[in-house]
Amino acid sequence: MAFVTANWNPLGESFYRKIELYEMGWNLKDGLRDCLVAAAPYGGPIALLKAHNRRSPSARPQLEIFSSSGLPLASFPWKSGMVKQLGWTVSDDLLCVQEDGTVLVYDLLGGFKRHFSMGNEVSQSQVLETKIFHSPYGTGVAILTGALRFTLATNIDDIKLRRLPEVPGLQGAPSCWAVLTQDRQSKVLVASGPHLFILDNTACTPVTPPGLSPQASSIVHMCVSFSYKYLALLTDSGHVWMGTSNLKEKLSEVDTKIKGSPKQMAWCRRPKSQQPSAVVMWDGLLLVVGECKETIQYHLEDDSILVPELDGVRIISGTHHELLQEVPGACEEIFKIASMAPGALLLEAHKEYEKESQKADEYLREIKEQSLLSEAVRQCVEAAGHEHEPETQKTLLRAASFGKCFLSNFPPEQFVSMCKDLRVLNAVRDYTVGIPLSHTQFKQMTLQVLIDRLVYRKLYLLAIEVCRYLKTPEYQGVSRVLKHWACYKVQQKEESDEVIAKAVSVKLADAAGISYSEIATKAYESGRTELAIKLLEFEPRSGEQVPLLLKMKKSPLALSKAIESGDTDLVYTVVMYLKNELNRGDFFMMLRNQPVALSLYKQFCKHQEQETLKDLFNQDDDHEELGNFYVKASYKEQRLEARIAHLQSAVDEYYKAKNEFSAKTTEDEMRLLRFQRKLEEEKDEQLVGFSLQDTMTTLLSVGLHKHAEQLYKDFRMPDKRFWWLKLKALAEKEDWEELEKFSKSKKSPIGYLPFVEVCIKHHNKCEARKYVAKVSPEQKVKAHLAVGDVEGAAEAAIERRNESEISTVLSRCSATTDHLLVERLNRAKATVPKKGSSITFTDGTLQSRRLLQEQRSERKRGYKLKRSCRP
Amino acid sequence: MASHLFCGRVNLNILREAARKDLREFLDKCSGSKAIVWDEYLTGPFGLIAQYSLLKEHEVEKMFTLKGGRIPSAAVKNIVFFVRPRLELMDIIAENVASEDKLHPRDFHILFVPRRSLLCEQRLKEKGVLNSFTNIDEYILDLIPYDGDLLSMESESSFRECYLESDQTSLYHAAKGLMTLQALYGTIPQIFGKGECARHVANMMLRMKREFAGSHTQILPVFDTLLLLDRNVDLLTPLATQLTYEGLIDEIFSITNGYVKLPPEKFAQKKQGEGGKDLPTEPKKLQLNSAEELYAEIRDKNFNAVGAALSKKAKVISAAFEERHNAKTVGEIKQFVSQLPHMQAARSSLANHTSIAELIKDITTSEDFFDSLTVEQEFMTGVDTDKVSTYIEDCVAQKDPLIKILRLVCMQSVCNNGLKQKVLDFYKREILQTYGYKHILTLKNLEKVGLLKPQSTMRNNYPTIRKTLKLWMEDTNEQNPNDISYVYSGYAPLSVRLTQVLARPGWRSIEEVLKMLPGPHFEERQQVPTGLHKKRQPGENRTTLVFFLGGVTYAEIAALRFLSNMEDSGTEYIIATTKLINGTSWIKSLMDSPEENLP
Repeated sequence: MAFVTANWNPLGESFYRKIELYEMGWNLKDGLRDCLVAAAPYGGPIALLKAHNRRSPSARPQLEIFSSSGLPLASFPWKSGMVKQLGWTVSDDLLCVQEDGTVLVYDLLGGFKRHFSMGNEVSQSQVLETKIFHSPYGTGVAILTGALRFTLATNIDDIKLRRLPEVPGLQGAPSCWAVLTQDRQSKVLVASGPHLFILDNTACTPVTPPGLSPQASSIVHMCVSFSYKYLALLTDSGHVWMGTSNLKEKLSEVDTKIKGSPKQMAWCRRPKSQQPSAVVMWDGLLLVVGECKETIQYHLEDDSILVPELDGVRIISGTHHELLQEVPGACEEIFKIASMAPGALLLEAHKEYEKESQKADEYLREIKEQSLLSEAVRQCVEAAGHEHEPETQKTLLRAASFGKCFLSNFPPEQFVSMCKDLRVLNAVRDYTVGIPLSHTQFKQMTLQVLIDRLVYRKLYLLAIEVCRYLKTPEYQGVSRVLKHWACYKVQQKEESDEVIAKAVSVKLADAAGISYSEIATKAYESGRTELAIKLLEFEPRSGEQVPLLLKMKKSPLALSKAIESGDTDLVYTVVMYLKNELNRGDFFMMLRNQPVALSLYKQFCKHQEQETLKDLFNQDDDHEELGNFYVKASYKEQRLEARIAHLQSAVDEYYKAKNEFSAKTTEDEMRLLRFQRKLEEEKDEQLVGFSLQDTMTTLLSVGLHKHAEQLYKDFRMPDKRFWWLKLKALAEKEDWEELEKFSKSKKSPIGYLPFVEVCIKHHNKCEARKYVAKVSPEQKVKAHLAVGDVEGAAEAAIERRNESEISTVLSRCSATTDHLLVERLNRAKATVPKKGSSITFTDGTLQSRRLLQEQRSERKRGYKLKRSCRP
Repeated sequence: MASHLFCGRVNLNILREAARKDLREFLDKCSGSKAIVWDEYLTGPFGLIAQYSLLKEHEVEKMFTLKGGRIPSAAVKNIVFFVRPRLELMDIIAENVASEDKLHPRDFHILFVPRRSLLCEQRLKEKGVLNSFTNIDEYILDLIPYDGDLLSMESESSFRECYLESDQTSLYHAAKGLMTLQALYGTIPQIFGKGECARHVANMMLRMKREFAGSHTQILPVFDTLLLLDRNVDLLTPLATQLTYEGLIDEIFSITNGYVKLPPEKFAQKKQGEGGKDLPTEPKKLQLNSAEELYAEIRDKNFNAVGAALSKKAKVISAAFEERHNAKTVGEIKQFVSQLPHMQAARSSLANHTSIAELIKDITTSEDFFDSLTVEQEFMTGVDTDKVSTYIEDCVAQKDPLIKILRLVCMQSVCNNGLKQKVLDFYKREILQTYGYKHILTLKNLEKVGLLKPQSTMRNNYPTIRKTLKLWMEDTNEQNPNDISYVYSGYAPLSVRLTQVLARPGWRSIEEVLKMLPGPHFEERQQVPTGLHKKRQPGENRTTLVFFLGGVTYAEIAALRFLSNMEDSGTEYIIATTKLINGTSWIKSLMDSPEENLP
C-alpha cells in the first residue's frame, strides 16, 4: 500500500494530497478558456457559458450544464442579455445574473423557472461585478454596480434588497471584495488600495488586519473560508495574510514571492485542522500556503477553476477533475511512512494475517499491550471514510473488522453505518451520477439533501434504492422520491391522461403519505386539468383536494369532496365560494343535491341571513319549517297585529304541511292573544304573552271568574286542570267562601283530597276539615292525617282493613298518649288477611306494581341517612 | 395538580401534558407581556388543562372576557384572543380591533380552539382586520382529560347539533380527537359502533388513518377496543333520575367542568376556627374528582349506600386521631405528626361530603322526589305507558318545572316506542296551555330527535329490548351491588348493557335487539404494525375505550366503573364523551326559546 502516500506533499506539520476524481467526460475544444464557469459546492453541477462576452447579437453563446464528471445534463443557446455571472443555489438551481441586474433562474436540467430583478438602481447603473454566496438563510446575490455601490439580497427565495452605504474615496472598481456572514448579517468586505472596509446595513467601517506586513501597498485578492470564519488576503507584495474573518487575529503570513495578480484564491482547510491554508492559482501554477515558509507548488497544464469545499478545494480543468485537501488525521496516522499509530499497526497486522504470517499476532499484541485496539479499529473505520478508492476503503474496513474480532463489547454502529455510507457514496460518486461527495461533506449536507439532489437529477431509481438501503422512514424517503417522480411524469406531454394516471397510481399505490394533490397541482399547472382530476381521485386527504378543485372550477366535485372529509369548515368554505360564484338559483339547486351542505348552510343562515333561510324552505316546499320560521318571527315583533299576522302565516303553512295540531294550537294562541288584548284594554291587567294557565290564574286572582270560565270553555281546558287551577287561585286569595261554593258546583274531577291539602298549605285547618268527609275512602286516611286527626285516620284505616295504611297511622301515633289507639290498630292489623295469600295475580303488570309498592316502602326507609357519621 | 389523571389504567396525563406543551409553545410565540381575551365558553374547559399560574409564567398579565367595544386598556404588548371558530365572535373581535387606540397599538393574535376556520378568517378579511393579526393559530383541544378514566370534549350542544341541526362538526372534532389519542397511545386495533354518528366517526377515523399513513407512531397499543355509541341508541338512560352519589349531585346541583357550586349554609359552621364571621353568601365551590380519596370511594355508590360508607369512614378517621394517645415514643409521635396533614385533609373531605349528602337527603326523602321516581320506574317496567299518566297530569296542573314534565313525557314515549296520537296531543296541549305557546318549537325539536313521537304501526319493541338486555332487575342490591342496575335502583342503563354484552359474549348474541335500535352496528379492524401486537399476560385485562357521542351521564360512568372493577370482567373501561350530561341539561340543550332572540 505504499502508493497511498504517493500523491502526498508535506507542508509544515501536515500533508496535502491531490486526488483525481474524474477524467472529464465533456469534450471541450478550448478547455475552459474564455468561458464563464460556475460549479456548485458539494460536488454539484457545473455550468458553462462559452464566449459570453462577445457582444454581437448574431452569435448566441451556448449555455451548457454538466455533472461533476463532465456528463452533459443540459445545453441551450443563450437568448437573453449579457451574463455577468453564473452561480448555483443551495437547491441546485442555476442563477444567471445579467448586466442589467436581472437574475434568471434555471433548474439543473435547463428548465426556466423564473426571474427577478435586483432593483432599479442596479439596472440603471449596470452590473460591474457579482458574487453569489450561501448562508444559513439560503442563497444570496451581491452586486457591485457601475456607480460603485453594493446591492445585496440575502435570500433569493424571499428577496429583500439592501443597498449598502457608500465606500468613501472609492474612485474606480475596488481591487477585490467578498461577502461575509457575521452576527446573522451579510456584510461586504471591500479592499480599495491598501484600505479595507466592512459594509453592513448602516455603516462603512474602515478596518485593518492585524499584523499585515507593511510592504504591501494594496490588497489584490481576498477569499473567505467555507464557514465564513477565516479570511485570506493577498497583497501586491505577494504576501498571503491569513486570519479570522472578524479581523481580530492573525494566523499566519507567508510570502509567495510571486507578484502577479492571481486568477483565483480559495481556502483549503478541513474542519478541526490546526493549520490554516489557502490555495492560490495563477496561470499554470497552483500554490498551497500554510503556516510555514514553504509552499507546495503544482504545475497546471490547463486553464482551471477552483471550487472551495468544506474540506478541501476541487480543481476543474478542461480534462480533469481533482480534489486537493489536507490529508485527514486518521489517514495520516495510518499511512504515514513508518507510522506506529494503532491504526497503522492494525492494518499491518491484517496484511500479515492475510499472508498467513505469525507476524500478525505480534502486531496485534503490540496494540493490545497498549490497550489501543479499539482506538485502532476506530482509526481504520474513520480513515476508510476519507478514502476515495473503494479498494483502499475495503482494505481499511477489513482491517477494522479483523481488529473487532479481538474486542468484546465494541459498539458496532460506527462500523455498520460507515459501511452503509460508503456504499451510498460510492454509488453517487460513480461516473454516470457524478457527485464526488466526501464523507465529511455528506455528513454535513445530510441524507435528506442528497436524496433531493438525486431527485433534481431525475435519478429516481437510485434515490429510492438509497432510501431503501438506508431504511429511511418511508414518509421522508421513498414516498417523497415517488412524489417527485410523479410530478415529473405528469408533465410529459406525449403520454395520454389514462396512461399517466395509471402509471402513477400503480407506482404510488403502496407508498405511504403521498400527497396526490401536489402532483395534481403540477398536472393542472401544465395544463392537464383532466389528468389532475383523475389524480385527485387517489388523494386520501379530501381536505387537500378541495382548494385545487375550486381553482380548476370543479365546484360540484369540490363540494362533495369537502363533505367526504367531514370537515365542516371546509364545506362552509366551498359553500361560501359557490354562493359568490353561482347565481342564486343554481346555488340552491346545487345545495339541494347535497343535504349535508344544505343543512350546514341553513345553520349559517339561521344566524346570519334569516331571509335566505325562508327562501330555502320555500324552495323545498318545507311548510313545516316555514311555519316554525313564522312562529319565531312573530316573537320578534313588538306590535300585536304584526305578531298575529306572522302567526296567521304560520297557520297557513302548518295546514299546508298537514300538521293539524300545530295549526290548531297556533290558532288558539292567536285567539288567546286577541282575548288578552281585549281584556287588557278593558280591565287594565297585564296579560299579553301569558300562557292560558297564567292568564286564567291572573283573572281568578282579580275576581274575573266569568272571564276565566269563558276561557276554560273556549279552549276546552281539561276539567282536572281547571279545578286545580281554580282551587289554587281561590286558596291563594283566601276566598274560602267562593272555594266552598266551587266545591259544591259539581263533583270534583280531582277528588277532594287536594282541597284538604291546599287549605292546610294555607294554614286553614278549619276549612280543610270541611272537605275531609267528602274525600274518597281510598284517600281518607291521608286526609285525616293531613288535618291532624289521628283517631279519624285510625277509624278509616281499620274500616278499610288495609295493612299498609294501618302501619302509616301507627307510625304517626305516639305510644304514650295514644296507647289505646295503638292497641286497637295492632289488633286490627293482626286480623288483616296476609298479602299474597288471598289475592291471586293474574298478570305481570299487577305483579310488578305490587313489587313497586313494596319497594316504595322499602326505599322510604332506605333513604334515611345515618346521622352518626357527622364527625 | 393533576394527580387524578395518573390513577387510572391509562395515564391520561400524557394527553394533558401534550396539551399544555402546545399552549406554552403558542404563548411563547407572542413574545412579551400579553393579555388574553377569552371566549367565555372556553374558560371552563381550559381550567382542566392549565391554571392561571401556567399562563402567568408565560407573561400573561391580564385576562378579559370577549365583548363588543374596546378592549380595556392594559399596558401589555400583545392581545391574544382565545376563541371558538364562530362567526358571531369574529364580528366582536373585528369591533375590538377596529376600536383599538391607534396611538398605542398592540399586537393582536388569535388562537382558535379547537380548530382554525377558513370561514372565520374570511369573515375577518371582509371586516378588513385580518392583516392586523400577527399570529393566527389553532389550539387543538378535542378530548380533554377530565378524570383518571374519563375524557370529555366539553362540547355543550353536540347532541343538538348532530341530531337536530344535522351539523356534524363535533363529530369531526371527535374523530380528530381520537386520532390524537391514537398518536399518543397507539393504534386501536378494534372498533365497534352502533348508530349513525358512530358510523360517521368511524368512517372519518379510517379515512384520516389513510391520510396520515406513513407517519404512524411506533407505540404499543394501550387500548384494545374502541366502542362508539350514539346517544340516540339509548335515549332512555339520561331521562331517568340518576341515583348514584355523583349522579345525584349532578342532578340537583349540576357539575360543570369538574366543579360544583353548593348552597353555602351547610358549610358555614365548618369555619369555626375563623371566628364569628357572617354566613358566607357566595356559593361553596368544590372540585370533584378522584384525587379526593373519599370521593373516589363513594362517588359511584348508590346513594342509599353512601350513608353507611360515610359513617364507616368517620369511625376510621376518629380511630386514626385516637392513635395519638397510643403514641409513646418520640418515633411514634413523629410518625403520627407526619400523617397529620393527610388525616386533616381526610377529615375536611368527610365533613364536606357529609354536608352534601345531607343536602341530597333532604331532597331524596321528599314526597315529590319519591313520587316521580315511582312513575319513572313504572314507565321503565312498562306499566301503563300507553295511557295518559295521572301523575304527569297533576304535575302540569301544579305547574311543576317544565323540564321535569318534558323528561317524564319523553320517558313515557321512549318506553312505549311512541305515544298514541291522542295521548301525545293531549300532553302537548297541556304543556302549551300551561307553560305557554312559545314552547311549541321545543316540542317540535323533541319530536325531531325522537324523544317524543307518535306511535307508528310498528309493535312496541321496548319490552323485548328490556327483557333481552335485562334492563330491569328486580332484586337490585344497592349496598353491595352485583349488577350495574344499582345505579338506577333497578334499571340497568341500556348503553352500558350493550357495552357489557360486547365484552362477553359478544354482539352476535343480540343481533335481533341491535336491529331494533336505531342506526347501523358495525365492526372495523385497524392494522397494527407488526411487532406492536400486544402479548397479553394471562389474567391481564383488556382495555376498552367507550365513546358516547352526544353525552354520557355520571350514572353510566359509575356503571362502567363497576364493570371495570368486577372481579372476572376481564375488561377495563376508559370513557370518552362529547359532554357530561343529565336529563335536565340534555333537555335544556334541545329547547328553543324564541323570545331570547329579541334584539
